[in-house]
Amino acid sequence: MSAPVLEITNLHKRFGDLEVLKGIDLTMHKGDVVSLIGSSGSGKTTLLRCVNLLEQYEDGVVSISGEQIGYTIKNGKRILLPEKQIARQRAMTGMAFQHFNLFPHMTAIRNVMLGLVKTRGMDKDQAHSTAEQWLQRVGMHERRNHFPGQLSGGQQQRVAIARAIAMNPQLMLFDEVTSALDPELVNEVLSVVRDLANDGMTMLLVTHEMQFAHDVSSKIIFMQDGTIGEEGPPEQLFRHPKSERLAEFLKSSKF
Amino acid sequence: MELLQASQAIWGARWPIVEGIGNTLFISMISILVGTILGVMVGLLLTYGNKFVRFFVRVYSDFLRGTPVFVLILACFYILSVIGIQLTAIQAGIFALTLFCSSHVGEIVRGALQAIPRGQTEAAKSVGLTFRTTFFSVLLPQALRQILPTWVNTATEIVKASTLLSIIGVVELLLSVQQVISRTYLSLELYFFAGLMFFLINFTIEKIGRFVERKVAIPT
Repeated sequence: MSAPVLEITNLHKRFGDLEVLKGIDLTMHKGDVVSLIGSSGSGKTTLLRCVNLLEQYEDGVVSISGEQIGYTIKNGKRILLPEKQIARQRAMTGMAFQHFNLFPHMTAIRNVMLGLVKTRGMDKDQAHSTAEQWLQRVGMHERRNHFPGQLSGGQQQRVAIARAIAMNPQLMLFDEVTSALDPELVNEVLSVVRDLANDGMTMLLVTHEMQFAHDVSSKIIFMQDGTIGEEGPPEQLFRHPKSERLAEFLKSSKF
Repeated sequence: MELLQASQAIWGARWPIVEGIGNTLFISMISILVGTILGVMVGLLLTYGNKFVRFFVRVYSDFLRGTPVFVLILACFYILSVIGIQLTAIQAGIFALTLFCSSHVGEIVRGALQAIPRGQTEAAKSVGLTFRTTFFSVLLPQALRQILPTWVNTATEIVKASTLLSIIGVVELLLSVQQVISRTYLSLELYFFAGLMFFLINFTIEKIGRFVERKVAIPT
């Protein structure tokens, strides 16, 4: 059997004195869709950001398809890999951010093309047609020559998702992709994510959209004070929460 | 009647004055060009250097910005010769203005780079870009747009500061006009003329700056 797409063992992360991740274990196989839920400050986003090393961590191992991310062991000591290798490893995952983070000085299509040209080494024509394909897929083809400032939040987020997914990552990370959107724009983004999930994309999401998490996930993880409070299939977690904390959280999230 | 006299005086001294304008433009252009290149490096070091590097560059920048350009010019001309570096007046002047320009551009660049939201770097990292590529493809193009208006302002400051070089005997625009005044005593008219010339130079710089600003503006 091939290595899991994502394997996290005993992940510890601190910000100064504050330990925000206290030993997380998580394994994801191809096609898994895992949603991280929990109140703010529980460590969901930090966990996500450790996977592509936007946050460095103190202890534990993150592996993607069997390759350890970010660190190596040399003479019994854990050391950070050189920048080039980390950059290559980061491109194994794709990430969509809460605030989209599109490059404002580039048109939609050039946003998508940048990684394809600079990281994947595609020539311009190839990158252009790949980018067009993905913009088509997220329904943004007609606006491919618009700048981010000319697009609505929902449109920007769809371009940002296209930018990430066009890189053909093994794992997609979604960090509260609808939290910064006006309510009427949430659905257009969720339907893109749902579409990708149905397509068999392996995805790790942080979300506050409980119904959505329930519908698309193969597994839900409830984060609580830097640990995994409870995990399991959505039906079980949402309908029959074991802990008081989760029941309380679900009630306050109006699920 | 005096206007006619002044015109005649200017016409009579047209070649020295043209040479003065040439010197002003030459000095300003070299100082702005080299000062900007140095300044971008200063800005980069202030933003991305380690603690040690940042400390020294910070001292360099603060010292230069805290010193009057006038003092800087005198220092470059007189002090450097004491320690055995012989520069001509024009070289010393360009050197002083270049240092002055680099410290100001350095601060502008630092400010612009730090104003770019962290999400930009993170997004670039997430598609596998190295720092180098991130800098040239994502950060610099945004920083340059931000810098432009303030940079134009610094450029005009340099043109104005170049008049101070007259004190160490560089015959730039102002001194060439003063030489005509000392022969004709038409101070009001000729100072007005010199002022007009400086205004035209700086007005042109600002107009070009605005034009470029419009050209590279990000559509919203």
